[in-house]
Amino acid sequence: MSDYAIKVEGLSKQYRIGSKRRYRTLRNDLHTAAVRVLDGLRGKRNESQQYKDRQNTSLIWALKDVSFEIAPGSSTGIIGSNGAGKTTLLKIIAQITAPTRGRVHLRGRVGSLLEVGTGFHPELTGRENIYLNGAILGMRKQEIDRKFDEIVAFSEIEQFLDTPVKFFSSGMGVRLAFSVAAHLDPEILLLDEVLAVGDVNFQNKSLNKMGDVVRGGRTVLFVSHNLAAVKALCQSAVFLEHGEVKYIGDVNAAIEAYLGGGELQNVQIFKRKENKNLSMQIMSISVQDQKGKTVVRIPHDQPFSLRIQIVVRETTHQIFPSIEVLDTDLATVIHSNYFNQGIEDGMRSYSPGAYSFVVRMPAPLLVPGSYRISVNLTRKTLRKGWVIDRVEHVCPFEIYDNGSNLARFGIKWMGKLALPLEWDCTQE
Amino acid sequence: MKPMNHLLNTKDSKLEQPEIVLEPPRDWLNLRLRQLWLYRELLYFFVWRDLKVRYKQTLLGAAWAILQPVLTMIIFSIIFGKLANIKPPEGIPYPIFSYAALLPWQLFSGALSNASGSLVTNQSLVTKVYFPRILLPLASVLSGMVDFAIAFIVLLGLMVYYHITPTWAVLFLPLFTLLALATALAVSLWLSAFNVKYRDFKYVIPFLLQFWMYATPIAYPSTLIPEKWRLVFGLNPMAGVVGGFRWALLGMKAEVAPQLIIAVIIVVIILTSGLIYFQRMEQTFADVI
Repeated sequence: MSDYAIKVEGLSKQYRIGSKRRYRTLRNDLHTAAVRVLDGLRGKRNESQQYKDRQNTSLIWALKDVSFEIAPGSSTGIIGSNGAGKTTLLKIIAQITAPTRGRVHLRGRVGSLLEVGTGFHPELTGRENIYLNGAILGMRKQEIDRKFDEIVAFSEIEQFLDTPVKFFSSGMGVRLAFSVAAHLDPEILLLDEVLAVGDVNFQNKSLNKMGDVVRGGRTVLFVSHNLAAVKALCQSAVFLEHGEVKYIGDVNAAIEAYLGGGELQNVQIFKRKENKNLSMQIMSISVQDQKGKTVVRIPHDQPFSLRIQIVVRETTHQIFPSIEVLDTDLATVIHSNYFNQGIEDGMRSYSPGAYSFVVRMPAPLLVPGSYRISVNLTRKTLRKGWVIDRVEHVCPFEIYDNGSNLARFGIKWMGKLALPLEWDCTQE
Repeated sequence: MKPMNHLLNTKDSKLEQPEIVLEPPRDWLNLRLRQLWLYRELLYFFVWRDLKVRYKQTLLGAAWAILQPVLTMIIFSIIFGKLANIKPPEGIPYPIFSYAALLPWQLFSGALSNASGSLVTNQSLVTKVYFPRILLPLASVLSGMVDFAIAFIVLLGLMVYYHITPTWAVLFLPLFTLLALATALAVSLWLSAFNVKYRDFKYVIPFLLQFWMYATPIAYPSTLIPEKWRLVFGLNPMAGVVGGFRWALLGMKAEVAPQLIIAVIIVVIILTSGLIYFQRMEQTFADVI
């Protein structure tokens, strides 16, 4: 294939990750330098210090020898679990960071949307932010002038156009931001998880708009965890794992490869390798029946529970775990927070040690089918949550019909939740 | 269904757009002026944002731009003019003597402190969107011009009050202003990149500025410096700028030319090395910020 819009050749990216400090400080570097000079004067080599420095920083390859070509006008999804290198790949193509090795050829103007609302300023009005954000995303002033009305109409915030964005609800801000971004008009568009914005109505509207963009003949690279959206928008996909390409080709096949063919594996307890860099870490997740036995197949009318073990290495405050139950499209069916369940100290501090959480699920809860679990450990910071550790799409399990009325009459289950609702019928 | 314009689109784009190749950094100094030119509108928007936000947020708004140099002038006049009894040469009144120097100094120090933190303050942009990173310090430096223009009006008032008529030398004023801006940009390139690398560097900057202010003849005339130290003293480009301002506005006789030549040479050196350093760091800003 010689006709391409994006050609990636042997792309690799190395990151240096320090264990304790994320940033270097001048104080520290000066101190190290001074110690070295002094030791040099004294004529001795401080090997241990240097050795310690080297130990403190480790190098990881976020991308390893990634190569692929993307035809003009096609849309390609990039899928893979967290840390697989999806965002790094997008950041290199977007010129935000330089590759360590390899090269990328781009034919056409590149627009990237790695986060909705980048560069929004709370003090500026909606109108002003449209211009600022547009310019940041690479639009010319003329272009923004021309599309202004369209952007405003799409965002549905006409009456707040001259209000500073700080008074906007978060939904309004996100809507405005998406509207600006959606009217970006590059030949190559890079998208990262931008669809998960706003309420359901706006999400659908956004998805449709993105569909228009994709069908408009643009080349699109789309990174998302929302496999349903990837399926809807892309014909092909690249499946990345640990920085390497595992599969390139048809979107359905790639998703299947990512989900491991959708089969229930024999590994029932999900276990993590220890990562001493994290102040706290999710160590294992399992699905258990009432007796505490780890299971993969659960009758729909029997309660079950999720057991999550975490290890805390440093005292950390304002922490709460949360779980998600996802269906086969990786859409969230249930989301639950430890602190949102009326638990007094649901968001508390944890001192070093091991903890385990059990989330009890009543029965019947889920409609028969296959599900997966995601777990987040989040720290509440001033404005938003900061995810310390996250495990996604693990512990596949199956809910099977254990003799329901529906099964008896051969009627298909509908929806996702099987929670019993109260029905009443009175003759009037 | 594949619309026709998809085919047209790709053909068009290939005609217009040369292929862009992204590679690991290797050039030593590549200014990519064409990139800068393409992004000129974004530079304008960054300046516009800085100004809008500054004049919206502060309660006093534009008054702040006047109050800051005027209050400093008053304090200087009391402490240095009256108490320390520093006498400006050629009978120039102390207030206007110090104000003519405070004007470019505050342009410089404001630009420097804003620009040096510009990459860190805009880290959400740096990690999410591509644009030539130099736009951020550049915009911060340029947006200081409005405060400068406002404070300049006060100077005109002072000149009327003290009956000082400017000579033809005033025509050189834009050049000296440019030199102050270039100095600020040159130093900011170093400091902004440094700020990304070392997060505790920001604590050094206020001290650095204070030290620099006393090393510049603002509160005192440069004639106070002993002859043998003048050359070392002149290595400070801001000394040249301040001298230039006083010469252009107040008609103070001074050997402006040699001082300015040194200042320009120094600024060119810092600017070039700053550009090289900034560009080397630019590639990794998003990774370390």
